[in-house]
Amino acid sequence: MFQLLEPNRIFSITSKAPKYVLLLFILVVSIGLTEALILSPEDYKQSHSVRIMYVHVPAAWISLGIFSTITILSIVGYIFKIKNFFLISKSLAPSGFVFNVIALVTGSIWGKPTWGTWWAWDARITSMLILALFYLMYLIAWRIYEDKEQVFKVTSIITILGIINVPIIKYSVDWWNTLHQPASINILSKSTIHSSMLVPLLIMTAAFALFSLLIFLMKYNTELIKIKNKGLDRL
Amino acid sequence: MYGRKVKLRFFFIFLIAVTLSLTIFLILKSLEENVVYFKSPSEIKTLSEMQQKKIRIGGMVKTDSISIVNKELSFVITDFKSEINVVYSGLIPNLFEEGKGVVAEGFLKDENFFSATKILAKHDENYMPPEVKAALEEK
Repeated sequence: MFQLLEPNRIFSITSKAPKYVLLLFILVVSIGLTEALILSPEDYKQSHSVRIMYVHVPAAWISLGIFSTITILSIVGYIFKIKNFFLISKSLAPSGFVFNVIALVTGSIWGKPTWGTWWAWDARITSMLILALFYLMYLIAWRIYEDKEQVFKVTSIITILGIINVPIIKYSVDWWNTLHQPASINILSKSTIHSSMLVPLLIMTAAFALFSLLIFLMKYNTELIKIKNKGLDRL
Repeated sequence: MYGRKVKLRFFFIFLIAVTLSLTIFLILKSLEENVVYFKSPSEIKTLSEMQQKKIRIGGMVKTDSISIVNKELSFVITDFKSEINVVYSGLIPNLFEEGKGVVAEGFLKDENFFSATKILAKHDENYMPPEVKAALEEK
């Protein structure tokens, strides 16, 4: 099935997609920012600093989502030898890393007025930092190894090592005492975030997802152009 | 259906995943003492020996327990089972309040007495506008 997808055919779709994704992103992000920064109420306790959450939480979700996606693609790609999956992973990684850093930085900015400290070595924050380091290792591995077979193996191993950290990030706030508060949004039980704050949060998540998609498409197109130019390398 | 190599690679990845998960689990389990950011007052009471090094205690600030005498703040941290008295002088975060979460870093003087060198406010998972909070309190 995957052999049927010639680079040229994929490229004819992915080269046109970015401008539509960009338009949609601008639309969603402007609605999201208006909701988050102007229309949504302030928090009863944190007042306006709650607005940092509308960037912090979506950024953290997207970075976790992208790392999980990269891991699945790399493992399946490694087992079934699908080159294309590695290229998709490679193109996804930069936006995941950027959102991870954004989550750490905005968390720090929020932590100073709320907790009284920029940084705490608690389980949630430290495990998130470890994820950023795994992203960094992943990105560097692509630059170090020239040989395709080698880079596929090394990046697969990095994702497998890193994915163990993902459930630790998710459940760190439940397993151990942490300074970071537990999750406010629960699928199985009642969420402890008011709907007037949940809606802008979800819109901002959609906006960030679209932004990741946009960056992904641009990176992926670059990879496809490289393959086309070489003429030898097939997906 | 799939080749021998594919099966082997699948098994290889599976083994790596299982081994690593188990290793990380065991490491975290044995390091639990250090992974937790703070101890609760109840855990302090069950300590077999006095801790000389810097530790953190977390819980709720007991209602009506905050008092300031000569710029020295004193309050009680409770986990609704045990309590511990804390004294502190220095900056306090804005969200430090009675009935809210707090983490105090410092040294244990004795079982019931803690001298803090740093106070952090712990925020809970509740997010709501002030009107909703007021309506909840009226109920």
